[in-house]
Amino acid sequence: MAPTRREFLKIAGVSAVGLVLPPLATLTGAQAGMPAAGGVSQTAPGPLPALRAKRWAMAVDAGKCPPGCRDCITACHLAHNVPDFGNAKDDVHWIGLERVDHVFPAEIHSRLPESFKRLSVPVLCNHCENPPCVRVCPTQATFQRADGIVMMDYHRCIGCRFCMAACPYGSRSMNYRDPRPFIPKINADFPTRTRGVVEKCNFCEEGLARGILPACVTICKEKALVFGDLEDPGSDVRRLLDGRFSIRRRPDLGTGPQVYYLL
Amino acid sequence: MLEKALKGSRGYGIWVACLLLLVATGFFFYLKQLDYGLGITGMSRDVSWGLYIAQFTFLVGIAASAVMLVLPYYLHDHKAFGKITILGEFLAVSAVIMCVTFVFVDLGQPGRVMNLLLYPSPTSVLFWDVIVLNGYLLLNLITGWTVLGCDRKGIPPPAWVKPLIYISIPWAVSIHTVTAFIYAGLPGRGFWLTAIMAPRFLASAFASGPALLILFCLILKRFGRFDAGEKAIQTLAKIVAYALATSIFFVLVELFTAFYSQIPGHMQHLKYLFAGLDGHNTIARWMGVSALTAVAAFVLLIIPQTRKREPLLAAACCFVFLSLWIEKGLGLVVTGFVPSPLERITEYTPTGPEVAITIGIWALGLLMITMFYKIFVSVRTET
Repeated sequence: MAPTRREFLKIAGVSAVGLVLPPLATLTGAQAGMPAAGGVSQTAPGPLPALRAKRWAMAVDAGKCPPGCRDCITACHLAHNVPDFGNAKDDVHWIGLERVDHVFPAEIHSRLPESFKRLSVPVLCNHCENPPCVRVCPTQATFQRADGIVMMDYHRCIGCRFCMAACPYGSRSMNYRDPRPFIPKINADFPTRTRGVVEKCNFCEEGLARGILPACVTICKEKALVFGDLEDPGSDVRRLLDGRFSIRRRPDLGTGPQVYYLL
Repeated sequence: MLEKALKGSRGYGIWVACLLLLVATGFFFYLKQLDYGLGITGMSRDVSWGLYIAQFTFLVGIAASAVMLVLPYYLHDHKAFGKITILGEFLAVSAVIMCVTFVFVDLGQPGRVMNLLLYPSPTSVLFWDVIVLNGYLLLNLITGWTVLGCDRKGIPPPAWVKPLIYISIPWAVSIHTVTAFIYAGLPGRGFWLTAIMAPRFLASAFASGPALLILFCLILKRFGRFDAGEKAIQTLAKIVAYALATSIFFVLVELFTAFYSQIPGHMQHLKYLFAGLDGHNTIARWMGVSALTAVAAFVLLIIPQTRKREPLLAAACCFVFLSLWIEKGLGLVVTGFVPSPLERITEYTPTGPEVAITIGIWALGLLMITMFYKIFVSVRTET
């Protein structure tokens, strides 16, 4: 159904405001140095106050993952309208489940316990402190927010896939075909993508703005995924990292990944 | 002068018609790609750049090689190159247009291409590559066209052309350096992360470009009533020989560093490229051809007796072109992605439509070269 003139003007007006607002929001957030208590502050209207942080991070307590469990992947892909093409060539995914020796090739050796070598761990965008994908993007379609989240502007991306070559973690997917017919169940609260753009995990920033933790974190019955503000000493993720030994993927590359693995 | 490209013999007409047919076929499949998306190609999540970007990389080298004529002629007054410097410049123009077209067809959202200029991003090497490539295109088009126009009227070229020609010399080096930096600056892609990527690119460019130019000169001599002269061709052949030697040397240097240090992340890509990994050896077989033709060409070019015999020289130039096209236009790009960051080996095979589009763009380039050279020969035989 075509929108009426009045509806169109309304949409155009809101869009015009939207063009101005996001930069302002990030600016004030960065300057004010968002409140640290619990990593939570109240700003945007909505059912719940928006979650804010100085640096969002995730810890993966991989030992807790039950074998074969794909709950986090399913929840994420449903929430974000990630298509399921059913073949490796066109594959688009935000979270993957990979063998631990493929995720940490430098750390895994043959004398580790069998149970450990068989482990599969969830992999996702690391929301690097120093993201190579942002550096190489020729249109700034991928960018980093003040709170560390590496974002994609699906309307600006030209689909050159330089970011996919630059990402040392294989976290990015290209929509080689129109994804819409392959979305099992469309979630009306999140945009679908067009063909020809790159996409990846966004740490559920749309959820955070509404006061909700990432979909993968909330769905996990084992509490294997822990999310929070790394700069807040009282946050769950900080308490976990303070107490146990953790590693990150390819830290030698200087990207500063913000997903920490407890193995 | 453009009208001279429209009149020609029957053979010329058939040749142009064949090229036009290939261009049209490529365009037809590009429309299909626009409709379906880049999924029509063999590219995948793991191997996200393929034939298009590889052709772009190879052709930047062909474009840059014009400097091998311009530099000796304008800086060292090497008179033998006087007759063919314009051929080099027009080759550069055609190659850059092919480069830009290959990048364009590789975009997932070609309608948004202007975002490159609307949101200029100085941290992105691709942004700089767009700038230097277009600058190089303008420099060569303006200088080549002006000098040829003056030749036609029998007057010396205007003084303002000289500074542009001098600028085009370092500019040629810049286009291939910036293109190498697209690859050499990426963390986590061990195969490309090498400081000699730009020197390697330049060495292979200065072999493949002049080799192609020699072939064009030999074709013009036989079919175009234009003789570039023995001296010019022999000088070019020597340039090809030494650039090829440097190129082979650089590859051996890479092999030493990887296999003597024995760092797995550096060895595995080269193993895939030259021997294959886990039975995946399609590219390795191509690379075998590349290595053999490189050595054969080097032998033919370095021995004066074989270099001076035209059929053998032509064979050597074909070998050089084939060898370096396989190395840069096939192996270099794909191998950077294999194995993937998650240690997967994903084979890449170009699809029919992808090959048709690639051939279409090559045909477009050849068509431009044909027309430029036709104009050139007509002007030269008139005066």
